[in-house]
Amino acid sequence: MTTTYREAVRAALRDALTRDDRVFLMGEDVGRYGGCFAVSLGLLEEFGPDRVRDAPLSESAFVGAGIGAALGGMRPIVEVMTVNFSLLALDQIVNNAATLLHMSGGQFNVPLVVRMTTGAGRQLAAQHSHSFEGWYAHVPGIRVVAPATLEDARGMLWTALCDPDPVLVFEHGSLYNIEGELADDAGAVDIDRAAVRRPGRDLTVVAYGGTLGKALAAADQLTADGIDAEVVDLRTLRPLDTATIVGSVTRTHRAVVVDEGWRTGSLAAEVSARITEEAFYDLDAPVGRVCSAEVPMPYARHLEEAALPQVADIVAAAKELGG
Amino acid sequence: MPSLGADMEAGTLLEWRVQPGDTVHRGDIVAVVDTEKSTIEVEVFEDGVVEALLVEPGTEAPVGAPLARIAAVAPAAPAAAARPTRAVAAGRKRAARPRKAKAKPAARPGTAEPAPTVAPVAAHLRASPLARRRAAERGIDLAAVAGSGPGGAVVAADLDRATVVPAPAAPEAAVPGPPGRREDRQAAMRRAIGALMARSAREIPHYHLATTIDMATALAWLAETNEQRSVSERLLPGALLLKATALAAREVPALNGFWDGSYRPSPAVHLGVAVSLRGGGLIAPAIHDADRLTLDELMAALRDLVGRARAGRLRSSEMSDPTLTVTNLGDQGVDEVHGVIYPPQVALVGFGRVAERPWACGGMLGVRPTVRATLAADHRATDGMIGARLLNAIDRLLQHPEDL
Amino acid sequence: MTVERAEGLHLLREMLRIRRFEERCVELYSATEIRGFLHLYIGEEAVAVGVMGALAPEDAVVATYRDHGHALARGVPAEAIMAEMLGKVEGTSRGRGGSMHLFDRSSRFYGGNAIVGGGIPLAAGLALADAMQGRRQVTACFFGEGAVAEGEFHETMNLAALWHLPVLFCCENNLYAMGTALARSEAVTDLAMRATGYGVPAWPVDGMDVLAVADAARRAVVQVRDGGGPVFLELRTYRFRAHSMYDPERYRSKDEVELWRRRDPIALLTERLRADGALGDDDLAAMEDEVAAELDAAVAGARAGTLEPVEDLTRFVTSEVTT
Repeated sequence: MTTTYREAVRAALRDALTRDDRVFLMGEDVGRYGGCFAVSLGLLEEFGPDRVRDAPLSESAFVGAGIGAALGGMRPIVEVMTVNFSLLALDQIVNNAATLLHMSGGQFNVPLVVRMTTGAGRQLAAQHSHSFEGWYAHVPGIRVVAPATLEDARGMLWTALCDPDPVLVFEHGSLYNIEGELADDAGAVDIDRAAVRRPGRDLTVVAYGGTLGKALAAADQLTADGIDAEVVDLRTLRPLDTATIVGSVTRTHRAVVVDEGWRTGSLAAEVSARITEEAFYDLDAPVGRVCSAEVPMPYARHLEEAALPQVADIVAAAKELGG
Repeated sequence: MPSLGADMEAGTLLEWRVQPGDTVHRGDIVAVVDTEKSTIEVEVFEDGVVEALLVEPGTEAPVGAPLARIAAVAPAAPAAAARPTRAVAAGRKRAARPRKAKAKPAARPGTAEPAPTVAPVAAHLRASPLARRRAAERGIDLAAVAGSGPGGAVVAADLDRATVVPAPAAPEAAVPGPPGRREDRQAAMRRAIGALMARSAREIPHYHLATTIDMATALAWLAETNEQRSVSERLLPGALLLKATALAAREVPALNGFWDGSYRPSPAVHLGVAVSLRGGGLIAPAIHDADRLTLDELMAALRDLVGRARAGRLRSSEMSDPTLTVTNLGDQGVDEVHGVIYPPQVALVGFGRVAERPWACGGMLGVRPTVRATLAADHRATDGMIGARLLNAIDRLLQHPEDL
Repeated sequence: MTVERAEGLHLLREMLRIRRFEERCVELYSATEIRGFLHLYIGEEAVAVGVMGALAPEDAVVATYRDHGHALARGVPAEAIMAEMLGKVEGTSRGRGGSMHLFDRSSRFYGGNAIVGGGIPLAAGLALADAMQGRRQVTACFFGEGAVAEGEFHETMNLAALWHLPVLFCCENNLYAMGTALARSEAVTDLAMRATGYGVPAWPVDGMDVLAVADAARRAVVQVRDGGGPVFLELRTYRFRAHSMYDPERYRSKDEVELWRRRDPIALLTERLRADGALGDDDLAAMEDEVAAELDAAVAGARAGTLEPVEDLTRFVTSEVTT
């Protein structure tokens, strides 16, 4: 069937709410408003206000309540409107969700799923557009995933809910409207492995979430230059599937890592470091990175576009490595 | 930890060959060390008595770190200070507060030591890690390859495009690596041999000559000589073949040297001896100055070299400079060897088995022990006439074994 | 108020256990057997003992980093707590938590939270889980008056009131947030009044009088359990010792400490019981002996405990068993 990323996430939510009474959705404007990005539209009517629960603008309290509810036997899905807002709940995510299992010597696991929108591209400026998933990927004790395809939008949520530990799901805001074919019986997918989205021989482009489409477009353009690029979708940002990344680079000998985060201390830096650590003697060129310009995200369209990794940047970086 | 190479920063001690109390003499092998490149024996440079081993096997030590203490004379009781003192268990209360170590005040500018002089550094060659690895496997000198990669770096593809110039040193990948990862090492060695031989076959216009040498005189002399010797001192026919080849090489310098764009003869004869390794693989380390060794010395050198090659304990110089290689497959039962030259050498001498064969001489058919000697030689450096001269010289020398 | 003799003796014994336990801790800390922070509850025993007595076994407790008293009063074995402080695998958190992070699944004791105010949203979540699953359970959440300055307190008070969550907020007002007096950090120092601003019923309690605490807690728990929504108790108490083990106590006067020591909760109850004829010298001596024997065994057991093998360092970062 033809569907959108938004509908795929909604289908995943509906499926989870239907399958497991312990599942509930909680966040700002998830109910009556239908979700800030209309993801949860209609779910309130279907499942009622107890299970599709509008929360006050208290990120710390409702994320913390999600952790508590998970401790108390529920399977909460907490929606934080954007990753920028999640910084208000950083204490709960990092100091509680990520630590409780270890701090309690294995007694208390936190089966919590936190969904949030990430990324730029919609002229929302410097407090709604950033990509902090790389920060979260720094923290042991949480799993970080970034569905970039319809299949993953549909399938990652249930697997995340089955995980006994906290999972953060990052949905790039530019993806909600993408449309495509999704199998009628699409269901749960793994949240452990990266995926080769396009095989190629000359160069590996590593991307995830909102940059996957750009990476694929760049790969198509590179064909004209005789460069056959392989595109790896990270899918899970923590724990990183190093084997798939390194396996690809070992075949292609070149890598460009695309990341909407800022370059300094970025997830791209981590991926690059792992490639250098584990595939150094297979590298035929330095690892390239295409990241966001190091500015708070500007509003004006041309400035925002200039700040973000674009297809042309990926193509240029690939050519520079002499794929 | 001796520095066993300019790029060596540390080595792992694999085993001790001595124990405290052992007397050692200059030149003795006291330990075996694993570097990134090979397993290497450590010689001692003074006479004395081993007082203490300071590094445990399996431990990595930086170059310059003491591995053992050797007393010049019979050791007196070790000084008390040298003995590791047992850490005194601190009383609980006194051990209480760990204090932050105070940072040493930095030397004030102007009063400090003289400005550090920067050691001159050789220009760094820009090449990708992959290109470096492959060049090493194929024995290609990266400095001679034009780079097309970022910043002019040599990338893997450049190696294929380049007019390949052999590296002056033998391919280091052919040296057995450190112990462990046996599978990897064998695979790596196979790759290295493959790359080297492929290059030889691709680049060197080989010509091949063969001759049959009557070994009756040589073997008779050998039997007579060995009669007076204990089993362990006996000479083998192989030693005669090596010595004869070494002397012949000295006579025919056009086949004893290197091709690196043009021919460069070697003043010395370092005979590469092809040794097949247990578990596969081939290595051809050198017997240095083989033409100057007596047969006994040559025999001893051969035994030592084969043993060490198979144990993976060659010295690095032995890998780097053979001037002519001999491959003797006689004990494998073959009649003759059509060899492939080890670049950058220009010739390879092969011997088959010494066997009794029908032999016509003066119109009569007899049975004589003979050996088939072959030569593979680089047509860029010589042609058949020179090659024939070498084989003839070997034949002639073997007819006068007492002079070898 | 008349006191049942049995209840009085029980409350006294529980307070003595905490007091003597912590006195042992001071010894062990001086001997460097306990390291890190050691926040002592001495002087505040009536609060934990009074409130815990009002809870049922299936109720939940969220405590602070000054948590020895809460854990002991909740029934966590002294030996497991002591082993934790000695960093032993037999400790409540296998030596991964230490003094500040005591956890116990069997008594629903959710820590041991060392981010001031960080545990408060967890309590709301635990209560939410109970409410959504139809369990008539109460979550008691302890925090100091310093937490009232944290956003998480205010967010959660609102959330709990808004959602009518079964939380008993137990604010241990010992007048100092570390060294900052309440009046130096709060414009309005009447904390009960602050809580009522969120629509949460609140009343102040003499936290040095264990009978008053027990009585207030009983009434509050009934109200919470019966669906009355959250209740806030301001328990006015005082810590006799430093914030953590030793401090220069420049922030308060010796006279002030002396004044409060005269209201030592253990002495107050002892006098009361003596006056009622419920406690003789022999009874007290016997009680002390019993407590000493328990603690002797706890210390010996903890000392005999083993250390977690370092190879297991990274256990309990993620769950080992899927739940």
